[in-house]
Amino acid sequence: MAETEERLRRTMMFVPGNNPAMVKDAGIYGADSIMFDLEDAVSMAEKDAARALVYEALKSQDYGNAELVVRINGDDTPYYHNDIKAMVKAGIDVIRLPKTETAEMIKTLEADVLAAEKEFGREEGSTHLMAAIESAKGVLNAPAIAAASDRMIGIALSAEDYTTDMKTHRYPDGAELEFARNMVLHAARAAGIAAFDTVFTNMDDTEGFYRETRYIHQLGFDGKSLVNPRQIAMVNEVYQPTAKEIANAKNVINAIEEARIKGSGVISMNGQMVDRPVVLRAQRVMRLAKASNLVDEEGNTIEK
Amino acid sequence: MEIKQTALAGTLESSDIQIMLSKGTDGITIDLESDVEKQFGDQIRKVITDTLAEFNIDNVKVKAVDKGALDCVIKARTIAVAQRALQTQDQPAWEAF
Amino acid sequence: MKNNVNRELPDDVMSALDYKPYETTNIGNPDIQRVAPSVHVQTGDDKLVDSIEDVVKATVKDGMTISFHHHFRNGDFVFNKVMRVIIDAGIKNLTLAPSSLTGVMNDMVIEAIKAGTVTNITSSGMRGSLGDFVSHGNLKNPVIFRSHGDRARAIEHGDIKIDVAFLGVPNADKLGNANGMDGKAVFGSLGYALMDAQYANKVVLLTDNLMPYPNTPASIKQTQVDYVVQVDQVGDPDKIGSGATRFTKDPKELKIASTVNDVIVNSPYFKDGFSFQTGSGGAALAVTRYLRQAMIDNKIKASFALGGITKPTTDLLNEGLIDRVMDVQDFDKGAADSMHTNPKQQEIDASWYADPDNKGAMVDQLDVVILSALEIDTKFNVNVMTGSDGVIRGAVGGHQDAATAKLTIISAPLVRGRIATVVPDVTTVVTPGDSIDVLVTEYGIAINPKRKDLQESLGHLAGVPVYTIDELQKMAAAKVGTPKPLEFTDRTVALVEYRDGSVIDAIHEVKD
Repeated sequence: MAETEERLRRTMMFVPGNNPAMVKDAGIYGADSIMFDLEDAVSMAEKDAARALVYEALKSQDYGNAELVVRINGDDTPYYHNDIKAMVKAGIDVIRLPKTETAEMIKTLEADVLAAEKEFGREEGSTHLMAAIESAKGVLNAPAIAAASDRMIGIALSAEDYTTDMKTHRYPDGAELEFARNMVLHAARAAGIAAFDTVFTNMDDTEGFYRETRYIHQLGFDGKSLVNPRQIAMVNEVYQPTAKEIANAKNVINAIEEARIKGSGVISMNGQMVDRPVVLRAQRVMRLAKASNLVDEEGNTIEK
Repeated sequence: MEIKQTALAGTLESSDIQIMLSKGTDGITIDLESDVEKQFGDQIRKVITDTLAEFNIDNVKVKAVDKGALDCVIKARTIAVAQRALQTQDQPAWEAF
Repeated sequence: MKNNVNRELPDDVMSALDYKPYETTNIGNPDIQRVAPSVHVQTGDDKLVDSIEDVVKATVKDGMTISFHHHFRNGDFVFNKVMRVIIDAGIKNLTLAPSSLTGVMNDMVIEAIKAGTVTNITSSGMRGSLGDFVSHGNLKNPVIFRSHGDRARAIEHGDIKIDVAFLGVPNADKLGNANGMDGKAVFGSLGYALMDAQYANKVVLLTDNLMPYPNTPASIKQTQVDYVVQVDQVGDPDKIGSGATRFTKDPKELKIASTVNDVIVNSPYFKDGFSFQTGSGGAALAVTRYLRQAMIDNKIKASFALGGITKPTTDLLNEGLIDRVMDVQDFDKGAADSMHTNPKQQEIDASWYADPDNKGAMVDQLDVVILSALEIDTKFNVNVMTGSDGVIRGAVGGHQDAATAKLTIISAPLVRGRIATVVPDVTTVVTPGDSIDVLVTEYGIAINPKRKDLQESLGHLAGVPVYTIDELQKMAAAKVGTPKPLEFTDRTVALVEYRDGSVIDAIHEVKD
């Protein structure tokens, strides 16, 4: 899964699947991932129409470099199989399964997706998967879920259903999510996939949004699910590396380059050996710096 | 082929198109209402007609109210309304997608 | 003949009206002669008139040019009251020369045209049923569209010779000292009306608020006024505010506004003492809010804000982020009220604002302006006059004038519904591409290739992709498809003047 390591996933923007205006404009906001929703955002009577709309949009619209995700309806609904077929045929990057509680659900999804890939002549294994964790059972099984398939690229916490399941609701300080966030994050890291934090729905509470984003950034989440395009710039701001981090990362990258030129297997900086974690962190900082337009393609700082 | 029942898909929101199919006897007749009729009326009719042909529907009355929908939206709404009119929305005609 | 923006102009109309084709945005330094109005001498003791009927009888004759201002916008009662009387009096062949025509006037203008009362119109613009009526060839002579600055120029030159100006005001004394700030239907600056007050042969004020003499501050002065008519109501205060006055929540508008802000802040003009004009509408208000934060963050203050003023702009004045507001019209009550209380908000007339034939207009000193577009083409020419169906539905406003700014930004979505904004050729050229520097869309920006310096400073902004205008046009076409070309007849229904009085485009009758 080398390819998944390369991708930044700071922002996953939800787009209601039956809204043509929002579906067609989803690409303009610079989200790292766009998640078209066929599930909660679409009423029962419009499931078929939303499926057709997202399908036709995926086939015809240019969403740039964004990773394209579809949240399908759960396997306990009559829409599940048709959603999978339509989205696989459309060439979606990632299928997101809601209310995932067990590794078996992912294995079943994997088999269904494989069947669809065969049916529509799509390259086998090219459809990635991710799981949304929305219950106590899902949280406890998160490590197995995250590791259930080679197609898995990420795991996301969905707090609305989860807090209901836990007989609580969301609080500003997020204490009620502490265990779930850490479980999901550890499950993702152990499986080598991405971890997405839950949505923050109060658009008027900018301060609260920044507080929560800084917190999950500190924990180590790859990014956050978003309900409004206006939140994208705010998340990117939190994830933007500091000048000092960039300078340090550049030194590490230069040391790697020096070692490569010398043909030396050992990377050293200021006479000290550079560990692999340091290298990985430096590479991630440079990716973030490039995405924030703080450095150019060669890693040179862009003068503002 | 003729449709089984009158059906409706799409909304009157901006960038959408609302399409209604009802039984007809005179081929495909399209009653189109659109602010961009002058510039795109022919194209809108063509997308609807071509998509209905994928479902082999050749006798139907179409009432369409367009709110500036792109071709992909027109096609998606036509697929949805055709399947509803044929009562096949649970067995999508993948070749029409 | 063709002009310098490659527009075919009707030879017969051009020669009949003695027009020159548009050549250049450069005004040069010609010597010109301004005109003066005639004055019927009086001491001022008998200006009060009981009724509109009496004043119309005393002033308006067949074939005259009459004028109005549009500061009440869709809350205007004055235009319809006066025109009712003029039509009923059976007066014919008038030229209507208002500063602009708002929707509330449409029915009356159509009635006046049908009755033969009005046979010529010059205006900044027209919309709705009137635009439709004119575009279908129902006015015999072509409408002349002029920018606010061009109207001031035309009045000063005598191209527009106003016989009678009917000017509604929310207060006046019995001799005609008046302003736009006190009373019930207040609109703030009288900027456009001040031209009429200064240059019309007869000036009639209409007010619902007769003040003790002398009434100050006086924007219109007793030395200019012939008659004062008291009416029950000059306007509906609730309908004077134009368009959006609240900060937009539309994510696409916000995206464009924040990109406009990025362009301004990273341009060479964003430095202490810069000046700007933002106009009205939700996106413009959003730009003002982003700009406010950028000015605070970078410790930069503006020397002045210009043009049509909104409350977010006067808020910046009160915060000390702008030193002066130069105010030709106010788009909302907040801005109008602020003119009353803040001496740093200066009322300016249309000539001071934007007349090109001047000893210096404010727009010549302007650094940054944000303007809108119905269409912009691959030559950066902008249309704010005709819709995608070819029908008149807009106004020149101050577009051509403010576009003389050092950095002229067009802020517009790439597509609206199924209509492309960026097109191979605009339906009507209003502002020439030579005046336009940067186009900002939700997908990215395009920089006029003539501005190599801006390519440098704006080429690498975070989250702001730079495209050529041709690339943006192709992106738009890929989304919406290629429209069927519009069909027009040979009949000319309107001419659009450039601000120097030359003709930049002709509008033809639509074929339905």
